[in-house]
Amino acid sequence: MHPNTRSKLWLTALGWFAALVIFFPILWMILTSFKTEINAIATPPVVLAAPTLENYVAVRERADYIHFALNSIIISFGATLLATLIAVPAAYAMAFFPGRRTKDLLLWMLSTKMMPAVGVLIPIYLLFRDLHALDTRWGLIVVYTLMNLPIVVWMLYTFFKEVPKDILEAGRMDGAKPKQEVWMLLLPLSLPGIASTALLSIILCWNEAFWSLNLTSSNAAPLTTFIASFSAPEGLFWAKLSAASTVAIAPILVFGWMSQRQLVRGLTFGAVK
Amino acid sequence: MSTVVLKDIRKSFGDVQVIKGVDLAIEDREFCVFVGPSGCGKSTLLRMIAGLEEITSGELKIDGEQVNDVPPAERGLAMVFQTYALYPHMTVADNMAFSLRLAGVSKEERYQKVRDAARVLQLEPLLERKPKELSGGQRQRVAIGRAIVREPRVFLFDEPLSNLDAALRVQMRIELARLHEHLNATMIYVTHDQVEAMTLADKIVVLQGGIVEQAGTPLELYHHPRNLFVAGFIGSPKMNFLNCTVSAVEAAGATVQLPGGASLTVPVHPGPLKAGDQVTLGVRPEHLRPSETGELQAEVMVVERLGGETFLYCQLAGVGMLVVQADGEVATQVHDRIAIKLNPVNCHLFTADGMAVERAIRHPLADLRRPVARKAG
Repeated sequence: MHPNTRSKLWLTALGWFAALVIFFPILWMILTSFKTEINAIATPPVVLAAPTLENYVAVRERADYIHFALNSIIISFGATLLATLIAVPAAYAMAFFPGRRTKDLLLWMLSTKMMPAVGVLIPIYLLFRDLHALDTRWGLIVVYTLMNLPIVVWMLYTFFKEVPKDILEAGRMDGAKPKQEVWMLLLPLSLPGIASTALLSIILCWNEAFWSLNLTSSNAAPLTTFIASFSAPEGLFWAKLSAASTVAIAPILVFGWMSQRQLVRGLTFGAVK
Repeated sequence: MSTVVLKDIRKSFGDVQVIKGVDLAIEDREFCVFVGPSGCGKSTLLRMIAGLEEITSGELKIDGEQVNDVPPAERGLAMVFQTYALYPHMTVADNMAFSLRLAGVSKEERYQKVRDAARVLQLEPLLERKPKELSGGQRQRVAIGRAIVREPRVFLFDEPLSNLDAALRVQMRIELARLHEHLNATMIYVTHDQVEAMTLADKIVVLQGGIVEQAGTPLELYHHPRNLFVAGFIGSPKMNFLNCTVSAVEAAGATVQLPGGASLTVPVHPGPLKAGDQVTLGVRPEHLRPSETGELQAEVMVVERLGGETFLYCQLAGVGMLVVQADGEVATQVHDRIAIKLNPVNCHLFTADGMAVERAIRHPLADLRRPVARKAG
């Protein structure tokens, strides 16, 4: 066998192994969601004996899944849209008209991510209470926007940096105003980057639990709250919890699956020429 | 009418001054070339004219109107970038029509103007392609086409040929010269290639360290360089320099003592030169000949045969290397000892501070200008 082929085989095997290890908990969760509660905690584990849909029925009876899912979708997409709208002009200015403090500003923005969220829980909670923003979708959209803004600006900044300055200058010579420059040249040219940034932001919003648990209760509660309600005081019901988790990640999993090509291209944009 | 006038133009980035006071008048329909080593400020100067860089101080006038603070698009200029800077997501036709689209020109008129420009540049079959489907030379043409469509007052070129291979560069150079003739427009062109400068320019502006060393016709710069820098920069291979001492000064010229003992009377207006002054004698390789009666004795170290001509790199005892352009037929070999003949008429003298001593005879072609073309019909 050619040494090159052999190393490629090894790499492929390793890749599959790593992928399986990473995917296994999700797979196990999905399998568990089809088991009875007894089978779910059986030792040695039962892989798939007598699959049942009773957990899904139970989940459906106990909570209005659609309500939570809709909240998740509205909040994630809303916050992402808002963050992108704010970040595009910011990243454009930073990438193409850097000032003396631009680098510091970028680092400072990122540094705000270093602070544990608990640190600002009380002030934010009080602010939300006084603004009547508790348990509202817009309240959560604002928090998520601010939470993801540093990352979105950073990513867009990096993608914009990849766009040759000459092209924008040519646009300027051709008479493009800044808004046209961004809309007709910069955005079409960095579309893969923007798509992957938005996707990442959506996933981060979707997974966010700290703020959603603390700032919402029912009206605006997203799927994270829905899941949390299944680890209830009565004890852990693994099969039901798995079913709830499966339906909670299903939309984003499907969404991610559909856009994975875009995502991978965006994340490796510039790294691979 | 499209003139560009620069008055004491300066540019600073922070505390660093990169353009240190440039005065220049570019006439209507002139092909003006900024040339200089990298980092001399030629691109910055062009970008300031374009409006892509702010002017720190000074005055920029286009057609007599001050435009320091006028946005790029309203200056009536078009620029061709070194990287072509085509819009990758648009077809060739859309690239060329972009400025018209922004200006709100109707679709039919846009189409017509793009067609016209495409015909001039032989781009018609490529109009529906995307830039990535084009070769380097074709992209270059599209970039020029995009400029033509705007019907600018002045064309700006920022090293437009430097990304092309050598053969294509020569071809595009000729096309550019023809285009200039055809369009009859004022053009400002930046290059570091002195051959491009010599062949294209009506006026060459030699820049170094943010100042204009000399501006003039190509042959003026070649025959009457103002200082050592211009003398060394224009011409290839570069001019030879020899350190000499002035032994006598008279009305007809200055007599200098050459290394090796011979003396030579160079026809210059001696001005303040006097006997005993240290000067630099400059003579181009093409004005040196191997000859039995030569004044300089040297050993040949390298022979470069180009076919039509041969360059001899000679070691002059105690002085350094001297490049001689000989006929392609010479049989001279490495380590031969040869005598080199200088023609005093072709020699330049530079004072100790590097400034040229005015030559007694003005070269008849030094003020030759391109005939002003009739407006193409």
